[in-house]
Amino acid sequence: MRRGAGRTVALLALTSVALAAAGLAAVAPAPVLPGYRLSFPRDYGSHPAFRTEWWYATGWLRTGQGEAIGFQITFFRSRQPEADANPSAFAPRQILIAHAAISDHARGHLLKDERIARAGFGLAEAREGDTAVWIDDWRLGRDGAGYRVHVPARDFTLELVLAPTQPPLLNGAAGFSRKGAAALAASYYYSVPHLAVRGELVREGRRSAVSGEAWLDHEWSSEALEPLAAGWDWVGINLDGGGALMAFRIRGRQGGVRWAGGTLRASDGTTRHFAPGEVEFMPRRRWRSPRTAIEYPVEWVVRAGDTVLVLEPLMDDQESDTRRTTGAIYWEGAVRARAGGREVGRGYLELTGYGEPLVLR
Amino acid sequence: MNQARLWWTLWRAQWRDRPVRLLMPMLAIALGVALASAVYLVNRGALDEFERAARRLAGEADLVVRGAPAGFPESLYPAIARTPGVAVASPVLEVMVPGFRLFGYSGAQRPITEQPKTRHQVLLPVVAVDPFRATQVQPALLGEIAGNLRAFFRPDGIFLSVRAAGALGVGTGDQFDVLVGSSMRRLEVMGLLGESAYPRALGIMDIAAAQWMFDRSGIVNRIDVRVAEGADCDDVRAAIGRLLPSGVTVAAPAIDNERVASATRAYRVNLDMLALVAVLTGAFLVLATQALSILRRRTAFGLLRALGVTRGALRRALVLEGAALGIMGAALGVALGQRIGAWMLTALAGDLGAGQFAGVAGHLAPRPLEWVAFVVAGGLAAALASWWPAREAAARSPAAALKAGDAGIVLARVRPWRAGFALILLGAVLAVLPALHGLPLFGYGSIAALLLGGVLLVPGIADRVLGRMPTVRHTPTTLAIAQLRGSTAQASIGLAAIIVSFSLMVSMAIMVHSFRESFADWLDTILPADLQLRMGQGGDTGSLDAAAQARLARLDGVTRAEFRRTFALPLRRDATAVQIIAAPIDASTAASRLAIIESVAAGAQPARLPPAWISEAMVDLYGWSAGSTISLPLGRDQVAFRVAGIYRDYGRSTGSVVIPRSAYRAATGDASANDGAFWLARTATPAQVEAAIRAALDAGPALQLRTTTEVRQLSFANFDRAFAITYALEAIAVLIGLLGVSVTAASTALARRSEFGMLRHIGLLRRQVVAMLAGEGLLTSAIGIGCALVLGMALSLVLVYVVNRQSFLWSIDLAIPWWQLGVLAFALLAAAAVTATVSGRAALSGDALRAVREDW
Repeated sequence: MRRGAGRTVALLALTSVALAAAGLAAVAPAPVLPGYRLSFPRDYGSHPAFRTEWWYATGWLRTGQGEAIGFQITFFRSRQPEADANPSAFAPRQILIAHAAISDHARGHLLKDERIARAGFGLAEAREGDTAVWIDDWRLGRDGAGYRVHVPARDFTLELVLAPTQPPLLNGAAGFSRKGAAALAASYYYSVPHLAVRGELVREGRRSAVSGEAWLDHEWSSEALEPLAAGWDWVGINLDGGGALMAFRIRGRQGGVRWAGGTLRASDGTTRHFAPGEVEFMPRRRWRSPRTAIEYPVEWVVRAGDTVLVLEPLMDDQESDTRRTTGAIYWEGAVRARAGGREVGRGYLELTGYGEPLVLR
Repeated sequence: MNQARLWWTLWRAQWRDRPVRLLMPMLAIALGVALASAVYLVNRGALDEFERAARRLAGEADLVVRGAPAGFPESLYPAIARTPGVAVASPVLEVMVPGFRLFGYSGAQRPITEQPKTRHQVLLPVVAVDPFRATQVQPALLGEIAGNLRAFFRPDGIFLSVRAAGALGVGTGDQFDVLVGSSMRRLEVMGLLGESAYPRALGIMDIAAAQWMFDRSGIVNRIDVRVAEGADCDDVRAAIGRLLPSGVTVAAPAIDNERVASATRAYRVNLDMLALVAVLTGAFLVLATQALSILRRRTAFGLLRALGVTRGALRRALVLEGAALGIMGAALGVALGQRIGAWMLTALAGDLGAGQFAGVAGHLAPRPLEWVAFVVAGGLAAALASWWPAREAAARSPAAALKAGDAGIVLARVRPWRAGFALILLGAVLAVLPALHGLPLFGYGSIAALLLGGVLLVPGIADRVLGRMPTVRHTPTTLAIAQLRGSTAQASIGLAAIIVSFSLMVSMAIMVHSFRESFADWLDTILPADLQLRMGQGGDTGSLDAAAQARLARLDGVTRAEFRRTFALPLRRDATAVQIIAAPIDASTAASRLAIIESVAAGAQPARLPPAWISEAMVDLYGWSAGSTISLPLGRDQVAFRVAGIYRDYGRSTGSVVIPRSAYRAATGDASANDGAFWLARTATPAQVEAAIRAALDAGPALQLRTTTEVRQLSFANFDRAFAITYALEAIAVLIGLLGVSVTAASTALARRSEFGMLRHIGLLRRQVVAMLAGEGLLTSAIGIGCALVLGMALSLVLVYVVNRQSFLWSIDLAIPWWQLGVLAFALLAAAAVTATVSGRAALSGDALRAVREDW
């Protein structure tokens, strides 16, 4: 369970309340059960029977001038089963949300934008069979060259190709990733680390060629999040030399850790999955947002099995306020990973539920 | 003596002497300004409201694509959204839904068992949007719904404006019924919209929910477009225009606003006209009172002049006096006008305005600058009205002014025959000119010219009438006639106000009466059956399918049944939609169903095209005529018709077209109907048939069944309600006129105290002097009322044939309410006599000796 959940929780709650109130017969979202065999390119595409799904691309870019810039592009899909019965082409059977942000050290805070639409009419869709998801002119697709990102946001435009250099990394038991003690609290989840990025970034009308390395997550589920969860911490690091680490923990509303997990792929390709007891997140330094007064631990020591990494943010203020579309405020930012005093990788960190608990209005 | 001190001295003297004399013109101005500012307020309120509603709903849209209420295929939406240069396209489905409150409870399911007639219908405009798209065009919208999106997506959920919720008697969480087809569906109120943002009755729903709930699958009827930055709005409009089928238009929202505002323009102009009457009457009254007050003080002015006050100084002081009176009166009037305006809006919104002002009440922000403008205008008008008598008074030589009995001479020179005739001629010419920007401005000009001309002719007419008066042996009468002969001009001034107000009242009475008579004839023609059926009157969603129609036609006691399909169709993007009526009609039955005023002889045209009948408004608005070929966007295509005739339609001033149902069905495949007429067998009672129809349809309260008698009664009730405000305003104008008579009577009576003293002195009884005064009052009023009657009838011709025709686009036949006019004239005459007597008595209250002495 991880990033984007902040936003999708709103829609999850929305769904169940609406269902109960409307009392309508709707086909329940498909359950996430162990034993499913992920197959590509089919599972690159959308899984509309499930309640929640996201494609999450994060990474570090370098401009020609040598600037380091973090970027994050997300497409969420949320199924609204109560709309199933409505024959209207406008029926909000699937709601699509997209977020995009760049972390520019010189600017000191995120530049971000968001889109929301109901799927339909070819204007906003999440296709089955292979990755193709778009809202108007925002688009994430996949072709022979890799993933293509086209995001003309308010303050910037990203035009990127994310070329795979490694096969997908299946998280959990062959892609069945548990998120809690309950049997159905799980998701199907794979990552694609070490994507080679090439493309263009346009800021204030200035176009600059960029290159770098990215990480893509694709996860779909129906009841992954337990009601008592307050939020979670997640990190995904492209380690130097080709290794990759994903680790997460889910914090309870009463404090404490409800679940944890992670995956480490070594540079030689051997993969190790971590049980809840093997993953630890230890805050090292906190930062208070001047806008929302929410305090986030922005520097961490993360342990997954024998691997211990110190996470340091590209900049402190990578807080994202998406209340307009989903009601969530969270921290999502580019981080450097250090071990033994030297940088060993780069990636992204997501911290949710540090303000209000993530059960939304 | 400097100017200010001179003015102050005059003012103080007036005030000490008789404060009433200062109060009268002040009151007249106040009443006039009150009326004018109130009407202005109503108009501004209505316009502001339209604008605000349009702005709120259209938001920041650069272009609005609009079709008939029946809508166009939703596939246009993605096509428009993908058009280069379009930043956002927001699809909208607007539906007028007949809503019904549930009886006695609010909550979960329970069968509808209450009596149908006790549940009144609320016509609820529902705007259904995709909030994700809509917020990009009107960012304020989601503010109302934010945090409640889950409720917004409910298929049976709706957000209501406070006004709509009030009309339906529901609150958040309550349910109510809506008519769809011929059955009821249930909606639940998810929340209320802010009252200041949504002052009108309105419901907002999700577009998918609305399509499903109202059986509008695949249909939208509006798309709001925001043009991308840097794109050319005209290019984008042209590009969108190329995508649109016939009957669907794209326009800037400004045109949209104009279209809405113009819908009520004729009604509002009528109100303007009435306010003008009040102001005009008030101005005449000021002129009269100022003239008389100056006359009365002529000796004082003579003295002042003798003491060295220059002519100019005196004139300026008098004009200043008038201005001061005007300003104070206008200030009072503005205060009063705000109150009257607020009341009028409540009354109009409560449907005195025939549905045209709903939702306007209670949202008038005070605008002090406008108040100041009204006060200044009032002061200016009064100053102008004082200018002429002031000049006369100042021109007097001090010696002549100091002499008594000089009063008449001042006005003796006023014999404006020529000007009067010229104005009447001008009025006649203006009356034949066409409308300007769709408004009968020349018609109003004609009325003003005729009025002024008429007033100017009055002294001359009075002279002649009095000159031919036979001598009678009754002393007071002889005295009255003699007195009047000597001072017709003076009496005429006092009469001006009453002539203006009464002649206008006469003309309005004739117009309303003519209208009512024509309206009655029209109702007879269009209601030939015994029982009328309507599904959810005025809404878009109620209808009877073919099976239901067949079922009803076969019912016991029904000898004949006709069904019609009516709907609105926009034919031009800058005009209100035209009502199309698809009825079972052909050339042989047209005359018995429509109030035909012009028809094409059968065989004059090749009968290949189906016939259509058009209302008079179509002639004026679209330039169509009998015999011409027209085309209407029905279904997917343009369908051609031959205009077989023109009919009167008092129900729809924005135009209507009657087409044969067969032609409509052939073009659209739509066999449904939304109203019906039933002819009953002699043995059947309406109650029996009504029960049978209700049993056959099970549409509950949405099924409206009325006997023709009931429809007639209701129609007349509506008619009278619409004109109630007219009557109210008229009454005020006449009140001002009467005030004029009494002021004239009072001032002249006071000015003539010395004369009365003399009369008493030479042996006339007090009773006789009073009788003489009453006689004078009666005589002048009789002359005035006679003139006003004639003038009023002339004005009514302009109102009936010019103003009415041009502002409402329908013709009416002249009918004169003799009896009503007689009663009015008599009442006014009696009031004038009483006024004259009362002021005479007041003047005689002093003792004779003092009165004679006053004459030096």
